[in-house]
Amino acid sequence: MTDIGEASIRPVAIQPVSIQPGPDSVELAELASSWKSAYLHIPFCEAVCPYCDFAVVAGRDDLSDRYLAALEREIEIEAPWNELDSVFLGGGTPSRVGARSIGRLLKALDRRFGIRPGSEVTLEANPEDIDPESADGLASAGVTRVSLGAQSLDASVLRALGRRHTPEKVASAVEAARAAGVESVSLDLIYGTPGESLESWERTLLGALDLEPDHVSAYALTVEPPTALGRAVRQGAAAPDPDDQADKWEKASRLLAAAGLTRYEVSNHSRPGQACAYNLSVWGMGEYLAFGLGAHGFRDGIRTRRVRRIDTYLRRIESGLGAVQASDRIDGRVWEQERLMVGLRRTAGVEAGQLGAELVESEPGRRLIAAGVLELEGNRLKVARPLLTDEVVRAVLDL
Amino acid sequence: MPVRERWKSSRAAVPGTIPDVPRPFRIALTPPSRIRNFSIIAHIDHGKSTLADRLLERTGAITEREMREQMLDTMDIERERGITIKANNVRLTYQSPDGEEYVLNLIDTPGHVDFSYEVSRSLAACEGALLLADAAQGVQAQTLANAYMAIEAGLEVLPALNKIDLPAAEPERVAQEIVGILGGDPADVLQLSAKTGQGVDELFGRLVRDVPPPQGDPDAPLRALVFDSYFDAYRGVVCYVRIKDGRMSAGERLRFMATGEEHNANEVGYLTPRAVPVSVMGPGEVGYLITGVKEIDRIKVGDTVTSAANPAKTALPGYSEPKPMVFSGLFPTDGDDFERLREALDKLRLNDASLQYEPESSRALGFGFRCGFLGLLHMEIVRERLEREYNLDLVATSPSVAYRVAHPDGRVVEIHSPQDLPAPGDLASVEEPYMRVMIIAPSEYIGSIMELVTNARGEMVNMTYLSPERVELTYQMPLAEVVFGFFDNLKSRTRGYASLDYEISGYRQSDLVKVDILLNAVPVDAFSAIVHRDKAYEYGKKLVEKLQELIPRQLFDVPIQAAIGSRIIARETVRAKRKDVLAKCYGGDITRKKKLLEKQKEGKKRMKMVGSVEVPPEAFVAALRVDD
Repeated sequence: MTDIGEASIRPVAIQPVSIQPGPDSVELAELASSWKSAYLHIPFCEAVCPYCDFAVVAGRDDLSDRYLAALEREIEIEAPWNELDSVFLGGGTPSRVGARSIGRLLKALDRRFGIRPGSEVTLEANPEDIDPESADGLASAGVTRVSLGAQSLDASVLRALGRRHTPEKVASAVEAARAAGVESVSLDLIYGTPGESLESWERTLLGALDLEPDHVSAYALTVEPPTALGRAVRQGAAAPDPDDQADKWEKASRLLAAAGLTRYEVSNHSRPGQACAYNLSVWGMGEYLAFGLGAHGFRDGIRTRRVRRIDTYLRRIESGLGAVQASDRIDGRVWEQERLMVGLRRTAGVEAGQLGAELVESEPGRRLIAAGVLELEGNRLKVARPLLTDEVVRAVLDL
Repeated sequence: MPVRERWKSSRAAVPGTIPDVPRPFRIALTPPSRIRNFSIIAHIDHGKSTLADRLLERTGAITEREMREQMLDTMDIERERGITIKANNVRLTYQSPDGEEYVLNLIDTPGHVDFSYEVSRSLAACEGALLLADAAQGVQAQTLANAYMAIEAGLEVLPALNKIDLPAAEPERVAQEIVGILGGDPADVLQLSAKTGQGVDELFGRLVRDVPPPQGDPDAPLRALVFDSYFDAYRGVVCYVRIKDGRMSAGERLRFMATGEEHNANEVGYLTPRAVPVSVMGPGEVGYLITGVKEIDRIKVGDTVTSAANPAKTALPGYSEPKPMVFSGLFPTDGDDFERLREALDKLRLNDASLQYEPESSRALGFGFRCGFLGLLHMEIVRERLEREYNLDLVATSPSVAYRVAHPDGRVVEIHSPQDLPAPGDLASVEEPYMRVMIIAPSEYIGSIMELVTNARGEMVNMTYLSPERVELTYQMPLAEVVFGFFDNLKSRTRGYASLDYEISGYRQSDLVKVDILLNAVPVDAFSAIVHRDKAYEYGKKLVEKLQELIPRQLFDVPIQAAIGSRIIARETVRAKRKDVLAKCYGGDITRKKKLLEKQKEGKKRMKMVGSVEVPPEAFVAALRVDD
């Protein structure tokens, strides 16, 4: 895997910007809105997790060469754009296709648009895919940040979530990534699985902190209707309890903060300088290209959505067509609504603007302020009780 | 209730109108000896409409081509509920095998207890009644109640079994049951299949033979009974009348004896079902009268029409004002719809003199109307029509009955809303309406019915076995208890086998209290109810529990309390919502997540803001379902 060395866009160790404000700072939040990013979707998985409703395919690894070729093709036919400040490889299981393929994709992006030196290049990975060799390959290919789907460090919770790795595997994956020189390691955790106790969650958090991650994303288990979990719940299986999840969110915020990881979004915590640039950009209404199955892009004020069936995707790309299935122009009031909708998820909040002022004046806005959910600090709106963010967002959408 | 196109002419230019036809008409009256006036008493789904269609067809009143399936029940809501709301009539010409020609006037009766006054007026226009029972299901309480009403009115009751062609039919058993109730010989019980037409010829023969011809003095001053009326957009109010004495001529000046109003008989005639105007109608005849009056409430069902020039001295007996028994507040979910609600009610009332309403304002629900209904079914029909035909989104408060409140100074006031109940200090006594409730059910359910009735403060009056398997139970029971879901409970306890009928039997003093509900420490007027003191604690507890289930979690704890005066009798708390946020919202999610939140937002719009608490509309009728 060393033959890609000359094509490596291995960056110097800096964030896309020279200053390094705190993950939850207003400066960083505002800065991120000007960053340009690219999202690549790799849909292949060994098996579909029961809670997952992303565009994924299991048991079709035979299609992966065709798919990767199609992705490159899609990159080539995208109209020229700005240089990229961040790249995010999500899935599915991007770690499943191997470092060489990842390197080719990054090269293709770099050829077409250019990837600014020092850019964040995130790869979502399953712990079982990250060993010293693969980690080294990925780092050499230009991956600077690995987001590991650890989910839990409690074996029984992992089983309940349909995950096949062990808690120990998470630790070895972190170690391998570190040893290979991956600059930033993030752990994805899921809380509130029925059957998971508060103590189990606490052990998961403490266990995760022992691995000294740069970043933790802690997600409440969400029942999406078109999933195996959704069907089970409809048939009477236990559903996650929102109060239990609220307890666990609070527990996570406390423990992670105490360990130096600042919550900068509803579910995201980071050490200084380690916030996810790609996501920060999205929450700041920054624009991003998208490639791959079911991928969503936001370019030139237009949100696009690509087809979700892999055979359709391949057919369309291979016959020279684009994969975009639907697109929406986002402008005026809708753009403002979305700006508040995503911006309010950040700890840094969002600049109120005209719509924010309307919110504050509205009846629901007043009630949210009275209930201590919403705050106006100068010209910034913040959700003071992040667990109730959607109350605020619905009020915004109602303006 | 507008149900008026049942026997509408296929030649009518405008649906529902009576056409203007040149009038060369007959002068000769049908002699009463050739007239038979009858109605059909039957339970829902026992085949009354089908039989009526068959009679029309056999007498050539309407051809098969003209006939829609079941012409009787035209209005959608009626069809869906399988009921006939108001009376109508048709004149059939029957050629008897002996060569004589008879006029058979079939007078339809409403099929529900809510309209029992109207049933009684329809029966008063007849000399005979066909008691039609389903040969598989047997006699039902409502049918029996109407049959008793017919017997009391002196009608000849002809028992008949319908649906004898069904495999499940048990004609011998049901005939025995009928004979057990009415007396007579099982062999005299007619056996019919309205569907196949079997037995219909025999039925005609029996109607001619057994139903007495009308009596009446053709030379006496006119007395005609208004047994029904409806509003026609083109002709105004159309009255259905039965001539008892004297004659009614087109063009004549008429006096309505109960209202004292005088109007011209612009047109008189009968329905075949086509409207056939005539110059004069005589004793025993049944038909319609158009006076040009436009407001339905100026014509009273049960009134006596006489000649203004030569008035009768006494009116026909039995007139009374339709009196609403059940009251409920109707409020538009969107306060801006208040005027639309008023217009819709005004329109409904054009055809439904028994619907009453007056503006009401509620702190919780804003501006709406306190509406009075003949009964629960009437209430539901009106509400459904408002929502369906007038596209209104309504919040209805729990139904209440009319209480008589005696003040310490002796003044007695009738109240229709719990809010109007004075504080205990300003109250000498309260009386509530009682019903005589008749239940017919399989005898195996006696125990469970008794328990239910006792719980509903009922007192047994009578128990009669109709057959070894079926029993008739009669109780005295407060209407308020009947109104609060009694029928649903009865149905579920007897697996749907019980049937029920009730009639008002008077007022009784009861130990009643007002139970208030406080949301977030603020009383919500729309939730108040008047309840017997012995049941107040249980009622309050159950309602508070029900509300706790129905009211979604809010941004703060919402205490729900039940109180009698200042004494709290029950309390629950809707705990503040703690988590309402999507776990993820990334680049790929924004559009989808926004749609999800938009949908949740629409769900919230149904909510009614009561003070600072969001309350779903179904909470306002929760009191009806405290037993669920």
